[in-house]
This record gives sequence, C-alpha cells and structure tokens, in this order.
Amino acid sequence: MSETTRTTGVSRRTLLKGTAGLAGLAAGSGAITGFPYVKSADAKVLRYLGTAVNEGDDISKQCLKDTGIKIEYITATTDDVTKRVMTQPNSFDVLDTEYFSLKKLVPSGNILALDAKKIKEFDNITPVFTKGETPGGKKIGGQGTAPWKVLYLEGKDSKKFATSATEFVTLIPTVYNADTLGIRPDLIKRPISTWAELLNPEFKGKASILNIPSIGIMDAAMVVEASGKYKYADKGNMTKEEIDLTMKVMTEAKKAGQFRAFWKDFNESVNLMASGETVIQSMWSPAVTKVRSMGIPCTFQPLKEGYRSWASGFCVSKGVSGAKLEWAYEFVNWFLSGYAGAYLNRQGYYSAVLATAKAHMEPYEWAYWMEGKPAEKDIKAPDGSLLEKAGAVRDGGSYEDRMGGVACWNAVMDENDYMVRKWNEFIAA
Amino acid sequence: MDTSEDILHQASPDLVRGSETARRKRAARLSPSFVSWLQAGPMMLVFLAFFLIPLVFVVIVSFWDYNEYQLLPALSGRGYTDTFEGCIAQLPELCTIAKTYLKTLKLCFMVWAITLFIGFWVAYFLAFHVKSKTWQMGLSLLCTIPFWTSNVIRMIAWIPLLGRNGLVNSGLMKTGLINHPVEWMLFSEFSVVLALVHLFTFFMVVPIFNSMIRIDKSLIEAAYDAGATGFQTLVNVIIPLAKPGIVIGSIFVITIVMGDFITIGVMGGQQIAAAGKIIETRVNALQFPAAAANAVILLAITFLIITMMSRIVDIKKEL
Repeated sequence: MSETTRTTGVSRRTLLKGTAGLAGLAAGSGAITGFPYVKSADAKVLRYLGTAVNEGDDISKQCLKDTGIKIEYITATTDDVTKRVMTQPNSFDVLDTEYFSLKKLVPSGNILALDAKKIKEFDNITPVFTKGETPGGKKIGGQGTAPWKVLYLEGKDSKKFATSATEFVTLIPTVYNADTLGIRPDLIKRPISTWAELLNPEFKGKASILNIPSIGIMDAAMVVEASGKYKYADKGNMTKEEIDLTMKVMTEAKKAGQFRAFWKDFNESVNLMASGETVIQSMWSPAVTKVRSMGIPCTFQPLKEGYRSWASGFCVSKGVSGAKLEWAYEFVNWFLSGYAGAYLNRQGYYSAVLATAKAHMEPYEWAYWMEGKPAEKDIKAPDGSLLEKAGAVRDGGSYEDRMGGVACWNAVMDENDYMVRKWNEFIAA
Repeated sequence: MDTSEDILHQASPDLVRGSETARRKRAARLSPSFVSWLQAGPMMLVFLAFFLIPLVFVVIVSFWDYNEYQLLPALSGRGYTDTFEGCIAQLPELCTIAKTYLKTLKLCFMVWAITLFIGFWVAYFLAFHVKSKTWQMGLSLLCTIPFWTSNVIRMIAWIPLLGRNGLVNSGLMKTGLINHPVEWMLFSEFSVVLALVHLFTFFMVVPIFNSMIRIDKSLIEAAYDAGATGFQTLVNVIIPLAKPGIVIGSIFVITIVMGDFITIGVMGGQQIAAAGKIIETRVNALQFPAAAANAVILLAITFLIITMMSRIVDIKKEL
C-alpha cells in the first residue's frame, strides 16, 4: 500500500511541476495577455447591455457591415439590466433599457444623457415620445412613466427631468409597443372586449398575469378599473391605499383559483397559451405571434379600456468618453437609419423613426403592420418564417389605433418599496 | 493505514528531495497538527474568501438602509422590520413571512420524507442486492439522469405530461377513470414536490449508499446467525450504521429545498411562496438590504434545522 502511494505520488508531483512551469511561462511571457489588446485597439467594439427585444443577430451583423462597429450583446432580463447598471456601471458601453427604470437610473448617476443635436433623425422621432400624441394627432394616455415625462434632463449632469425640451436626452427612443391581453379565441368562443374578463369566474383556473411586480400591478389596475371597482388618479403612481385595494382584489381572485400560473419569461407565456393551460392572460405581441406560428389560434385582443404601453431607448454608461462616445453616437444614428427599425416593425414592435423604417420595408409589409390593412401577400418574420397568410389583418389594427388607444405606461411608483412587499404577500396568500 | 511519513510525502513535495538524513531532520520539525492544517488550508482559504467573507457582508448590508437606487450605509433595522411587518398586528392571522416559512417548511418536510424513503431503498438495493462493482457504479450513474438537461427544459417538459391536455390526463380520460382533466397535477404543491423529489433523491442515494457499502458484511451474517429476522437486522444493524449517510443526505436535501425558488416558482406556477422567492423579488427591486435581511433569516432557520439534526447523530464521531 505505502509503496504504491509513494510511486504514484512522485509521478503526480512531476506532472504537476511540469504543468505549473508551463503555465508560469505562458503567463509571464506576455504573449497571451498582449494579443487581445492589440486586436481591440483596431476594432470598434461596443458592449451593448439590454433585454433580448432589440438584440437580433441580423442587426449586429448589418451594423458591422455598415459602420464597422462590432456589437457585443450582454443580454439580461429587465430587472437584471437595472441591477447591472447600478452595481457594475463599467461593464457596458451602450445601454438599451426601458423608460420606467429611469426613475432609478438617473438619480444613480451611472448613465450619461446623449446630445440630441448629434442624433441625425432626432427631429423625425415619432411624436409619441416627444409630445405624447400619435402622428395623426391622437392624444395618448399618460398614466405611469410615460416617455415624454422623462425624456429630457435639465442639464448635462443634472439628475432632474426637464419639463420642456432640452438637448440632453435620457434615452434616445428605439422601440415601443402597446400590450394587452392575449386570448385563445378557439377555446373562449365568444368576443372579449374588456380587461375585466381576466377575473371572470368563467375562466377560473385558466387565467394568468405577469409576475414582474412593476408590470403586473399595471395589468391588475386595468382589471380593477375595468370592473368598476375603483378609478385611479394615476395607475402608474398609486397611493398605499390604492395598492392595498388592488392587491386585495387580486388576492381574492388568486384564493378562488382564478389563476393557473403566473409567468415571468417570454417562453413561459407561449407555453401556457399554446398548451391550453391558460386561455386569457397578459402577453407580449411577439409571444402571440409565436403561438400563432405554431398553428394555434391566439389573438392579441384590443380592449375598450385601452393598452398598457412600454418603450425603450439608448443611453451610454457614465464611463464612456472620447472615441468610444463617438462610436456610440454613430451606432445610435445607424440604429435609427432604417434597417433596425424595419426589423423591429416586422416583429410586431414599433420603431421610433417611422420614415426611415418605412423606406426599408416593402409597401405591403408597411400596409399590414402599420396601417392595419389586410395582408396582400404572406407576411414573413425577419428570419423568413411565415407569420400570417395573405388576407390576415393585424390585431388591433393600425399604428394610429393601437398607439392612440394607450391608457397607461409601465411605471416605477413612488411607493415601489411598499408595492413589492405587497406583491410578496400576494404570492404567499 | 497511511504512515505519518506517507502523509508527509503528500503534503510537502519538497521534502522528498535531498538526502535521506536531511529529510528525516526536516520531517521531525513538522508537527502532525501543522501538517493537517496544511492539508486543510487550501479548502479553508476558498471557504474564507468565497463563503465567510461574503456572508459577513450580507449580514452587514442587512442592517443598512436603502432607497430606490442605492444602499445607504447607515445602521437601520428596516430590512428586518419590513420583513416581519404585521406579524403582531395581524394576529391571529399569519403575516407574509410566517406564511411563507410555513409553506417552505411544509414542502421541505414532504420532499425530505419522500426522498429519504425512496433514496434509502435505492441505496439498499445498490449496496446489498447488486453484487458487481461495475453494476453498482453504472446504476448509481443512472440516478444522475435528471441532471442531464437544463432546469428550464426539464420544467417545460412537465407540461405535456401533467398538463390539462397532457399525457397523464388524456390517458386517464381514455380509460374512463375521470371525465374531466385533473388540474391539481400541474402548478400545485403536488407538482412542486414531484419535481423536487425527481431532482434531489440522488442526493439521498449517494451518501446512504456510501454508508451502507462500508457496513461489514460479517455483521449482517452475525445477525442472521443469531436468529434475527430481516426486519430486525434492518432496524438494529443497517439503519444505525447507515445513519451518517442518512443525516448527510438529509442536510443536502433540506438546505437545497429551503433555498430553492426556481423549481418552486416554475412548477408552482409562481403562485406558491418560498423563502428564496422573497429574496429574489427584493433583489430584483434593488432592495438589497431587505434581501440580505431575508437571507440572514433563511440562513438562521436552516442552520437551526441542521443543528437539530446533528444533535441526533454526531456525524463527526460516526465518520
């Protein structure tokens, strides 16, 4: 026993010594550490932190081709993006995030506003962001963190939102949409026209909402208001009493077994709906499209109380300056120049600069996605897969109708801390 | 078994070089306790750097204040008072944290009991009925199959099996046992326990198997010769000797289930409270001190359970 231990022990030591020596040699030589440094000095690289919404491979490939900027995606959930900005502001260059998180991000001082004068298409950005109305002049509901309330800062390093236009823009708008309930028309078999249906006992055990507190509570508020139980002054900024009331209604429904499950992830929502576990739930537009592309009927149902909307845009980390800042401007300008906008429009989102996106889309595509007209030809996704057959009409119709019907925006409330605690209580009930 | 010389060889490679006498001299200077410190040292350092120090930070942060976007390093009990909000005022109704822990403990107990039962018999089978070492190895590797796919895929895969239109429901409907699909099989406590048992029985099997395989077979023969029945042998010989394995397996399962929020979340349709879930929600809302306070509470409760268990069996002595 002891003999064998000794021999193997010796050979293992020799081996270890050998490898350690090699590793030391490699580390000391500088050959390894030097290499990526030389490379990165030549290439224009931007680290892009965001959710998966805007992060298509096609977009980064096209961007590299057009501008020579290499985009490195860092993908995270909405919550994790915010967390990362707070805790590791130097781990990214360009930030793609939602307007409602600005109430947290701007006071932290970790992000840098961009200069509107350096954005070529800034004046062509849809009035949805700048004035709170559609290009056709329809007034948009402003409850919650509507983008126009937080679009401008008072000064370059200011932490205060300006009430009128300045050149310091918190987030350069990129993408937005109007969300509503998704339904399975084949299983419900009757028209659905109000948010109140989510808590209709008819759908007991077959309903679902989003388990992201700041978004879920907005859907809950739409339901409470639609059922006539209460009228909020501002759904996006409730008082403690209003939070209590909203959660009470939801808790009662939960205890009665109304909800099959809550979802948090895009794919979860698709699975719940496609498998028929739920027939009515809060949903995102591309998720509805995905269910439909599986051959299962699913409608992104317009409701009379209106839509809950969200929007996101670009800013940069406070650590970005010099050449890198110029690349960031170049990238943002490229993003608004049409290719990316068309790409987003084809997924059912909306692009911030409509004119450039239109130039990159076929007229029949524009007519289907933006004008609410029946599709002249088959509608295809950016990856070429079939989304809708010729003759189909987009749920909710045209851009004017959908964005014009927005009632409220995703929000961070003043009483956010209280709301989160109540949400935990709701889950535990 | 190993002589102290052997231990020295493994611990300090440099000592084997040099003349035999010099080696003896140097070896004599190293006390055995120093050598054991040297052996435990690397693990201790890892433990210190990646567990103890972060833990100290968690405890410190749990007593800080916070606002929407930053930590405020001022002493504050807000993380704790918020957590226990309403625990006295709401009586006799339970507050959120009490409800959450009751639920977590209930799930934990069920999973523990079932994994122990299944794990014990799987280990028993592997240790006493499978004769060849190769088969023992092969069969215990089979127990790792649940870990071959990612968590998310595994969760999604339960839907077509247990769902409203799933395999089990349609099978039962065809045989005429039920008329309507059964709903409690998915997004319920049942499905949570099922998924956890499916995952973690393995952590029971391995330590119990490890204890059983080391039981001297002659003890069992002696029991047989002394006229003990199979059941008496099991209760009086095998279970006492497998105790360390049972306790280690239980510690694995209990600590994992107490902190789990992903499996409970997905299988429970996000409708079942879990201690870990509260922490996640708080962290996502950037309320780090509150999350840290909840983590400290979870740690304390888990530690309490484990202390109670090690009171029952002195693992150190048994190993």
